[in-house]
Amino acid sequence: MAEEKTYVEDIDRNIYDIKDEGQDSFSLDGGLTLDIVKQISEEKHDPEWMREFRIAAYEKYCSIKLPDWGPSLGGLNMNEIISYVRPNTKMSAKWSEVPDYIKNTFERLGIPKAERESLAGVGAQYDSELVYHNVKKEVAEQGVIYTDMESALTGEYADMVKEHFMKLVPVTDHKFAALHGAVWSGGSFVYVPKGVQVSIPLQSYFRLNAPGAGQFEHTLIIVDEGASLHFIEGCSAPKYNVANLHAGCVELFVGKNAKLRYSTIEKKKKNMYNLNTKKVKVEEGGTIEWVTGSFGSHVSCLYPMSILNGRGAHMEYTGITFAGEGQNLDTGLKVVHNAPETTSLTNAKSISKSGGISTFRSEVIITGKAKKSKASVSCESLMIDNISRSDTIPAMDIRTDDADVGHEATIGRISDEAVFYLMSRGLSEEEAKAMIVSGFAENVSKELPLEYAMEMNNLIRLEMVGSIG
Amino acid sequence: MSQEVLKIEGLSVAVDGKVILDKVDLTINEGEVHVLMGPNGAGKSTLGYSLMGNPKYEILEGKVTFKGEDLLEKSVDKRAKAGLFLSFQSPQEIPGVTLADFIRSGMEAKGERVSLYKFKKNVKSDLELLNMDASYLDRDLNVGFSGGEKKKAEILQLLCLKPALAILDETDSGLDVDAVRTVSAGVEAYKKSHNGALLIITHSTKILEALSVDRTHVLVGGHIAAEGGPELVDEINENGFEKYLNN
Repeated sequence: MAEEKTYVEDIDRNIYDIKDEGQDSFSLDGGLTLDIVKQISEEKHDPEWMREFRIAAYEKYCSIKLPDWGPSLGGLNMNEIISYVRPNTKMSAKWSEVPDYIKNTFERLGIPKAERESLAGVGAQYDSELVYHNVKKEVAEQGVIYTDMESALTGEYADMVKEHFMKLVPVTDHKFAALHGAVWSGGSFVYVPKGVQVSIPLQSYFRLNAPGAGQFEHTLIIVDEGASLHFIEGCSAPKYNVANLHAGCVELFVGKNAKLRYSTIEKKKKNMYNLNTKKVKVEEGGTIEWVTGSFGSHVSCLYPMSILNGRGAHMEYTGITFAGEGQNLDTGLKVVHNAPETTSLTNAKSISKSGGISTFRSEVIITGKAKKSKASVSCESLMIDNISRSDTIPAMDIRTDDADVGHEATIGRISDEAVFYLMSRGLSEEEAKAMIVSGFAENVSKELPLEYAMEMNNLIRLEMVGSIG
Repeated sequence: MSQEVLKIEGLSVAVDGKVILDKVDLTINEGEVHVLMGPNGAGKSTLGYSLMGNPKYEILEGKVTFKGEDLLEKSVDKRAKAGLFLSFQSPQEIPGVTLADFIRSGMEAKGERVSLYKFKKNVKSDLELLNMDASYLDRDLNVGFSGGEKKKAEILQLLCLKPALAILDETDSGLDVDAVRTVSAGVEAYKKSHNGALLIITHSTKILEALSVDRTHVLVGGHIAAEGGPELVDEINENGFEKYLNN
């Protein structure tokens, strides 16, 4: 009786594949037209400037071509994507007012539980609209603004929003940034005033639901001088056969001596095109920390960009990518050292299995102004089998002699001897491999809050063993 | 007569097509201490790996019964669960997995689920016996451990997992006198705590001092060249393997 498996099967992730029957009140058929953009603007009661902004972005969208590099986006037909779907509910600050079918989805994802466990604020986005949003009193009392983007447009901080909205990520950046500008919907706005230390992480949890729906949420976070914040973006989307597109946009502003940690656990379903754009500008002495775990999606192109714009600004990137069957996860980062004594530290890991492709692209730019800057990039890849693929594509553009730049890339496999060793203590082959992979990912999971670290370990287990232990 | 734990009959094993073990017979009863000696390259470690089930070792023929069941048809983890343990000569380093989590996973596989807190409490006396600092539990498995620390960690696993038979593959090699004494104390504790059987692969007698040896086997060129009582260990220490090589 042969009990040893030589191949770890890709598993069905039913527990994340919960889908509610569509009860959308408002869907727009097919592709994107100027009329649709105007209609969206009207529906959202945009201020005039935003209406004009959307129209201008739409014009850019029509003229910019799809990127001619990176993974194929051939499965993505913009003419079939219903770009805007809105659930049958209005914004609600009370859990009891959220419709039952939405609650069911949230409860399965554990969101109310998370809320009860005194997580600072849960803004859960269901399809394209925020349906549940609650900011804990103590955070509001500190003067921290945490609200949905729509409210932010007309609220007390409307001018601040206008001043920053798509300034870091202009609509001319690429086709999907333009698309985002035209049809964006939902997302979060956070402002942390000078010197305020937000001790509990703010969380935004959202998921894609309707078949063929795109998700275009906009996140704008401004951390003022000397303040600090940890923001967690968690997302999960159920699985459909129609290609789904996620083209969100994240713009972060880190003030002088301020600190922002931006964590993402992304486990969208495997039919998703995840083309998010994220950028941060860091002023003198400020710090941005990216913590990223990418598990889902059919195709991902995720390259958060950091502009270290003031003396001594610092970036840290800790990320892991897990590409399974049918997945092409193209991740990485871009960092621009644009001031003296700026530092960046990149620690990326990738895992590929069952024919999955993971690619890590890094681009380090040291401008002539960035004397005495230091940049270090380390990328480790783990291949679970012989049919998977892992690539590392580093790029460096250094315009000064007075900088210290290092790059290191390694690629490894799970050694048979290591599996044998773990199995000799009673672990099954799958458990042994899962343990090795979890260990490989440990430097990322330890950076996450406990519940997310556990979730990430569960995801790894799910991929490796096919069950949650 | 005490219960038979391991019975090897006519075991032949090849690695990369090369025959290493040739028709080996060996029987170990409950609680017995067996010593396996032999020159370098005789196939001692191969026997240990083959019994544990390393897929690199190809079983050509023979039968192995462990506690009355066919051992060779079992996967590696099933062999461990059945009560077989191998202390590795150079155990693997596994980054990101703590020693504590590793041992607890092994215990859990055997159906013994303990919280981290309780585990740390329970294991305290074993750590003291092995002269190990509690901080080892939170360190990545074997990563950056010295040779001696790795061996101690293996014996700690032995003490926690309480197998019916432990194969110690040169657990004493490369250790200084004090470390051998410490490891030996651990092995003795394993033996005493639940009458565990031992197959000790060794070149020296230091590790055997605290134990009473029941049988000695001399492995030369892939087969058992001689067998005897504890006196055979001393005999070999004095005269070496030359006599068996010339045969």
